[in-house]
Amino acid sequence: MSNRLRRTMLYVPGNNPGMIKDAGIYGADCVMFDLEDSVSLNEKDAARFLVYEALTSLDLADKEYLVRINSLDSGLGLADLEAIVRTGKAVIRLPKTESAKDVLECEAEIARIEQACGLPVGSTKMMAAIESAAGVLNAREIAMASPRLIGIALGAEDFVTDLKTTRSEDGIELLFARSAILLAARAAGIDAIDTVYSDVNNEEGLRKEVKLIRQLGFDGKSIINPRQINVVHEVFTPTKKDIDHALAVLEAIKEAERKGSGVISLNGKMVDRPIVLRAQRVISLAKASGVLKEGTYAQD
Amino acid sequence: MELKKVGVSGTLESSDVMITLEPGNGGIEIELSSTVEKQFGNAIRREILATLESMGVNNARVTAVDKGALDCVIRARVKTAVCRAAEVEYNWGGDGQ
Repeated sequence: MSNRLRRTMLYVPGNNPGMIKDAGIYGADCVMFDLEDSVSLNEKDAARFLVYEALTSLDLADKEYLVRINSLDSGLGLADLEAIVRTGKAVIRLPKTESAKDVLECEAEIARIEQACGLPVGSTKMMAAIESAAGVLNAREIAMASPRLIGIALGAEDFVTDLKTTRSEDGIELLFARSAILLAARAAGIDAIDTVYSDVNNEEGLRKEVKLIRQLGFDGKSIINPRQINVVHEVFTPTKKDIDHALAVLEAIKEAERKGSGVISLNGKMVDRPIVLRAQRVISLAKASGVLKEGTYAQD
Repeated sequence: MELKKVGVSGTLESSDVMITLEPGNGGIEIELSSTVEKQFGNAIRREILATLESMGVNNARVTAVDKGALDCVIRARVKTAVCRAAEVEYNWGGDGQ
């Protein structure tokens, strides 16, 4: 599993120079330039050129950039791939993935373009968005389809329409899809990214939803406005209590190693492998979030 | 590359540039208005010229209304306008011409 933090994935419309120019400054973990739904049909060519030129010339720092392409079926996706793969700087996000075949078809085109432009074959990473009932039922085969995949994501707006329902505040209609996508991602050893929360003005609603998806096990969430970044990051940042406990667990391991003991205990409770793994994850999330530096809690 | 009709791209929003390309026969003529003309007028003209040259466009009348576009935006908008005016799909694998 990658160590890259993907708590927030900020959607940026691909034909908006002002937003593209500023996209990197807000602090989202990942930035996703969109060539699909946010670009009107008669501006697809313009957005493709704009995102290509931006990726090849802007200082992208160490942030992860993704580009959501149009589907290959639309007749637009191939030109999107021809442009974006050549930059060598972005993860390709596939929309509306329904089966492993969708991933493999896209992968074959990416490999051909990599070869044609002299990039190492396999260097372009992919992410698949699942947005339909068929896609959710095939989540496992999608997640396993290619070693290029860094994650799979839920796209809820199309999904609930496919289910003949709408999105509710508690998200009950998404529970199966979220769980299926999460399990598929974990079985494949890749990240699981949740869908967008569309009501930008409802911070409490967003916080509630982020708490839910974090508890389910998701790595992060797609977002549509920079204002949503802080809320998501706050929920994903481990608390001082979590970090103290994790540090104590790791210290207990060291102590047991010093004593040559195979059994580790902390405050009278046995510390086994899952607890150690959780502690390691808390510490890496805390370090990546900037609240833990050299073993010290930065907000003390 | 030969332009067949008028090609327009971009918008008048901040950080963008609107490019209008018309077929011409006397080389490249550029009419520029920009919010940053004093400081960057020459640089914008150079970027437009270089992009047209890279696509093999030798004759065109260009009207550019700039709202503070970065170089990469200027290149993108010029390329879009050229493909629209020449009625061609861009050849990503070739030299763009």
